Amino acid sequence: MSITLTINGTPHTVEAEPDTPLLWVLRDHLGLTGTKFGCGVAQCGACTVHVDGKTRRSCVTPISTLSGKQITTIEGLEGPEADAVREAWLDIDVPQCGYCQAGQIMAAVKLLEKQRNPSDEDIDLGMSGNICRCGTYMRIRAAIKQAAEDLG
Amino acid sequence: MNDRYTNTIARLILSLLVCASVLATACNKQKKRTETTEQTQTQPRKAERADKPNVKQEKLRALDEFSSIKDEKERALAIYDEIDTVLSHPRCVNCHPAGDSPYQGPDITRIGDTSPKPHQPLVVRGEDGFGAAGMRCETCHGEANFENVPGSPGWHLAPIEMAWEGKTPGAICEQIKDPERNGGKTLAQLTEHMQHDALVGYGWNPPAHLQPAPGSQKIFGELFAAWIEAGAPCPPIDRPR
Repeated sequence: MSITLTINGTPHTVEAEPDTPLLWVLRDHLGLTGTKFGCGVAQCGACTVHVDGKTRRSCVTPISTLSGKQITTIEGLEGPEADAVREAWLDIDVPQCGYCQAGQIMAAVKLLEKQRNPSDEDIDLGMSGNICRCGTYMRIRAAIKQAAEDLG
Repeated sequence: MNDRYTNTIARLILSLLVCASVLATACNKQKKRTETTEQTQTQPRKAERADKPNVKQEKLRALDEFSSIKDEKERALAIYDEIDTVLSHPRCVNCHPAGDSPYQGPDITRIGDTSPKPHQPLVVRGEDGFGAAGMRCETCHGEANFENVPGSPGWHLAPIEMAWEGKTPGAICEQIKDPERNGGKTLAQLTEHMQHDALVGYGWNPPAHLQPAPGSQKIFGELFAAWIEAGAPCPPIDRPR
């Protein structure tokens, strides 16, 4: 099957089975390896992307559902929230091994778009699906709060 | 003596012929059975799963099985008890929790997994029943099942006033008829919802590791419509399941 996916504003036509997960296409067909494979069953959040502006686990998203939709990956993330998160992540030096961080950042940006001043609980609940095997949760929380402050 | 001998021989031959015939038929049947099994086993795994996605589905008695109950109210109450086997099933209750988080499972493919567990990862109802900011239901649940992740259009948690977890059949019965606690639905709208709503229908179409609700949405819808038509009587609230 031939399908055109709009990723980071650019249309890409790929040949793949309709039930191929988006993550496979991003990494194996298009070389967009910023989005990570973690668990493959929507349990860890490493593969989080945005579809039409909403967080989505790309490992459980068949490409047949994505025609005409706007897909954003970590490579194409932009906007004031993304800038604030990037600055805070660098400033606090959030990552340890870094494997989960693309997914963490994709989720954090959406959280900040909806909650400009998130409480600890808001952050815990909004980020609960993004697992960090290095346990950087406290730095993630601090960075989200700093990004929120920077956003005003 | 000769006649008796001939008769015995004739009977023996006849018996042998009958035995051979029975054996031949049995062998033929066995051969056909083996061929069928082989054909089934060579089907692609996906097709097999689509045809027979779940095991141990419970039966839901059809409407005509209640026709022997002559008293109308008694029949309607018996039908409601049958309806309750669906309403109280994990496919329904898991997303009608008494708290702010849903349940999942049990996973029937795992030995010893017999009861629903808290949803993993942690998710909450949120302001609108669709999850917290940044962690919405649709982050993982699409419009259809994908592998072991359930999906349906409009996937969300039932509002807290529609919680069924831990309630008796009578309590759920009164609740679903009450517009204050059923999303403002009339009884006719409630019937339509039970018969045709896609998210209700998911209850009979979960991923392969989850047991579907008893019967089918069609049978359930017919039972529900008949119960409403008969005045929708409820069992006593304090009667346990």
